[in-house]
Amino acid sequence: MKFTLSWLKDHLETEAPLDEIVTALTDLGHEVEGVEDPVKVLGAFRICRVIEAQPHPNADRLRLCRVATWPNGPDAPSEEVQVVCGAPNARTGLVGVFAPVGTHVPGTGVDLKPGVIRGVESNGMLCSERELMLSDDHDGIIDLPEDAPMGMRFIDYKGVNDPTIEVKITPNRPDGLGVRGLARDLAARGLGRLKPLPVEPVPGLFPSPVSVTIEAALKEKGCPLFAGRTIRGVKNGPSPDWLQARLRSVGLRPISALVDITNYFTIGLNRPLHVFDVAKITGGLRIHAAEGGEELLALDGKTYKLRPGQMLISDDAQPESLAGIMGGELSGCTEETTDVFLESAYWDPITIAATGRALKIVSDARYRFERGVDPAFTLPGLELATRMILDLCGGEASEVVMDGAVPDTSRAYRFDPKRVVSLVGMEIPEAEQRTTLEALGFTLEGELAAPPSWRPDVQGEADLVEEIARVASLTKLQGKPLPRAQAGVPKPILTPLQVREQAARRTLAALGYNECVTYSFIDEAAAKLFGGGSEAVRVENPISSEMTHLRPDLLPGLLRAAARNQARGFADMALCEIGPVFAGGEPGEQQLQATGLLVGASAPRDPFGSRRPVDVYDAKADAEAVLAAVGAPAKMQISRKVPGWWHPGRSGAVGLGPNLLATFGEVHPKILREMDVKGPAVAFTILVANVPLPKVKTPTRPALKLSDLQAVERDFAFVVDASVEALTLVNAAQGADKALIESVRVFDQFSGDKAEAQMGAGKKSLALTVRLQPTDRTLTDKDIEAVSAKIVEKVAKATGATLRG
Amino acid sequence: MTALDTLRGKYIEAISSAADEAALEEVRLAALGKKGEISLKMRELGQMSPEERQTTGAALNRLRDEIDASLRARKQGLADAALDARLKTEWLDVTLPGRPRRAGTIHPVSQVMAELTAIFADMGFAVAEGPQVESDWFNFDALNIPPEHPARQEHDTFFMARAEGDDRPPHVLRTHTSPVQIRAMQAQGAPIRVIAPGRVYRMDMDQTHTPMFHQVEGLAIDRDISMANLKWVLEEFCRAFFEVPSVELRFRASHFPFTEPSAEVDIRCSWEGGQLRIGEGDGWLEILGSGMVHPKVLAAAGVNPDEWQGFAFGMGIDRIAMLKYGIPDLRAFFESDLRWLRHYGFAALDMPDLAGGLSR
Repeated sequence: MKFTLSWLKDHLETEAPLDEIVTALTDLGHEVEGVEDPVKVLGAFRICRVIEAQPHPNADRLRLCRVATWPNGPDAPSEEVQVVCGAPNARTGLVGVFAPVGTHVPGTGVDLKPGVIRGVESNGMLCSERELMLSDDHDGIIDLPEDAPMGMRFIDYKGVNDPTIEVKITPNRPDGLGVRGLARDLAARGLGRLKPLPVEPVPGLFPSPVSVTIEAALKEKGCPLFAGRTIRGVKNGPSPDWLQARLRSVGLRPISALVDITNYFTIGLNRPLHVFDVAKITGGLRIHAAEGGEELLALDGKTYKLRPGQMLISDDAQPESLAGIMGGELSGCTEETTDVFLESAYWDPITIAATGRALKIVSDARYRFERGVDPAFTLPGLELATRMILDLCGGEASEVVMDGAVPDTSRAYRFDPKRVVSLVGMEIPEAEQRTTLEALGFTLEGELAAPPSWRPDVQGEADLVEEIARVASLTKLQGKPLPRAQAGVPKPILTPLQVREQAARRTLAALGYNECVTYSFIDEAAAKLFGGGSEAVRVENPISSEMTHLRPDLLPGLLRAAARNQARGFADMALCEIGPVFAGGEPGEQQLQATGLLVGASAPRDPFGSRRPVDVYDAKADAEAVLAAVGAPAKMQISRKVPGWWHPGRSGAVGLGPNLLATFGEVHPKILREMDVKGPAVAFTILVANVPLPKVKTPTRPALKLSDLQAVERDFAFVVDASVEALTLVNAAQGADKALIESVRVFDQFSGDKAEAQMGAGKKSLALTVRLQPTDRTLTDKDIEAVSAKIVEKVAKATGATLRG
Repeated sequence: MTALDTLRGKYIEAISSAADEAALEEVRLAALGKKGEISLKMRELGQMSPEERQTTGAALNRLRDEIDASLRARKQGLADAALDARLKTEWLDVTLPGRPRRAGTIHPVSQVMAELTAIFADMGFAVAEGPQVESDWFNFDALNIPPEHPARQEHDTFFMARAEGDDRPPHVLRTHTSPVQIRAMQAQGAPIRVIAPGRVYRMDMDQTHTPMFHQVEGLAIDRDISMANLKWVLEEFCRAFFEVPSVELRFRASHFPFTEPSAEVDIRCSWEGGQLRIGEGDGWLEILGSGMVHPKVLAAAGVNPDEWQGFAFGMGIDRIAMLKYGIPDLRAFFESDLRWLRHYGFAALDMPDLAGGLSR
């Protein structure tokens, strides 16, 4: 919403300076987004006279001017300044516009400095209109009539000194979409007095040849009231300069007097109007729901096809207007219009919003009607506009024709002066509260306050409190301590899952991963690679083709990030993300994942040979560290049941019974190719919420049992089939003597061609170290022999292994 | 000079001239070994008269101890010399880099969420969560934004696709964290104090907007919580979060459908040479929106508005992260550029807490 200061002052009698008005508007809830004050930009440009213009001694095209200037205004003494000027019309006696040294010239962006041009001093500038950005005229410098007042600010002379103010009007305040509504708020704040707006009905001199009817069904909701009248014998030329200037300064293009008047009412009084050329209307006007398929060429030059139920204004021949949104081109007013039908109607906000959205039309009328104009002002607005048309265009007015009635919006709420302090915490005397409400147009009767017809937003007691607090200014609100919900040391507030999410994140960072936050939506192709991309997770209105589907997994986002980093020259990286993934499109079909991705080498090149390609065991180790950090038990099952985006032979799933906790492994080479990542790439994904919570939560640790007896370690090297998994051996060995065997660890693997050459085709060797911890007596050689034999036997039985010779 | 003096002189000389441990051992054996000269002399003591034995014995003992000490000292000296000689050969270039170790980082959004949690936990706020795909009832209707409310359009909502024949209104990607207010109150009732940080989505992408960003919602409902309490809570939060001695907030009337009265909140700040300073200067920076929870919202969440009242606020996490840590561009938050992650990220052990201060 943009308006000018003088426009505001049409409605508000005030001495308040611009700055104060701007501050108050923002404070009242109408955030000022921009102020353009011509005085600040062009205040230094004043009318001057060229005393004498002579040829420049050193340049043919330049002139040397002695200029009489009035740097301190017309009432102060003048000063003579020497200026070098290149304009062809610079001449002795010219009355022009002068900018002194120090002025910023908006048209050139230059700050004027004292200069020497071809050896002659020049102190200031004689300006063209383009240099002031007032027009495109740069044929020469401004050339004013002889009698122009010397020393006057040019913007005052030209009448372009009106500051414009742009405010953001919140959607609940349609009254703020008219200058008068803002004036009322400012007056309530105490910044002046709201000027009266007397409405004197214009007597009708003849029956309107254009009749109006509202289809019965629409009278209930879509169009409760439609009024208008014919004004015949008008002359529709350009509107007067002051009106054109006003519309221009708020960004509207003057069109013709009749159209400009409707815009003037829209901005000034939040009363959108429409004018039809009576000569182009056949019969009467009918407000009805479209049957569907009707077409209308609107004033924006586009043709709209209507859906059933959208509201139309039609005459006996065809649709003439998109009701409440935009008029039709064919019945619009032109310079030739002599008889005009002026429409003032009240349209239902919801219906207008739905139609406007469906037709994708943005217009000043739609914007206002869908937020709600003052229904009670429909007829007064018509009268005022009639008066203005008669004043500016002549002619005579018919009687008013109307259908429907002003909808009843009357209502009242309990006004409790104590509510302001209990809800807001501000002490405001009751008398002041009442004054405020009345200044805003509320009617107070006993304990009840009735909001005015232009305030559809006021819907309850809390709104009364808001009005009072807002007008009093929330800047006066003083903070008041919020007592602790309970005395003493605050209790922990995070849920176990929140704690685990934190633990996963911090552990990943501690393991050297850089945490990323990637978008929740990814492209369909990537989603499909990871088991997603279904219709259920499709975004209906994606912002780009790369963000069409909710992600089924964190890996695609991290792989894309890896590819981008590789494109920037980073080959190795460790990235992670902890965030939601989406199995479906219903609320709650969302799960927390923690994913780590290692790409390239384990380390940069260094003198110690630390660098090697990352492999599945890096991913596994980190997955286990994160699992441990989020409270997973030490023993879990590892299976090879993994989704298709993992390398089929180099990946595993970690679970507890049917409960999947994590997946780790090499990313499938095909996926890497699709996603443009140069491998190797290994990753893991932890399903944090699937890790079971401890059954009993206690800070107490189990007692530590330490034995004074010497532990013994024995190593075993087994030869097994290459396909046998190490864990089978470990478990078998462990089972040999559960009491004595403290731990079993794989410490070597020998496989591949060399191993097969030694041990036979399809064989490998796995070496275990077993730690024996006696509890009652020191182990003898015989004890050790016995348990060793049992270990060998168990492992052999479980895997067919033999001891390596 | 007695015989013992001669003996002493001989062995002390032999010890000091022994060139290595083997030579030293030979000297030891010659003097103190079983058949060593001194050992033999000790044996002769038995044949002496008691008086003679007393004087000679004591002298012999002294001599034996002195030679023994001298042997040990020489042995240590030789060992030291050998070690010194070895160490001279063991020079390494210590200017070579240490073995590489990856340094991970925490994303600023996560860090700031942890900071928020630490501050609000101290004021008794729990952390509530809610789904990011929301029904339009939770995202709009329950928050007093009926279907045709103009505010719905201003939210630039992402809608989920609807299968053919499914006539329910489409679900949305939540446009704010406010629906968590409803879910938390439905689950817990009143009184309640929660914050709800999380991802939110709006169809907006330009210099300063991304289609996904982060908000934190705050909600406090009790019997007599007022907007003055809200102001205090926000002042306390800002002072703690921005780690400044004091802050000044300015409430400005505004409109949100789910609060009444509503206020935008500005914080006093200065911009000097591109550096933002919170709590000083003549500028005001809008940091959040807030208000008293609308009675209709309480009712929608099953809380009786005649008995309970309180405040709610919402603020951009990415935005306050940018303000606090001087991060210039929102879009970079989600681009996962390693250079950015390393520069603006936080160390794993930088856990914000009130005892040690939020940031290092």
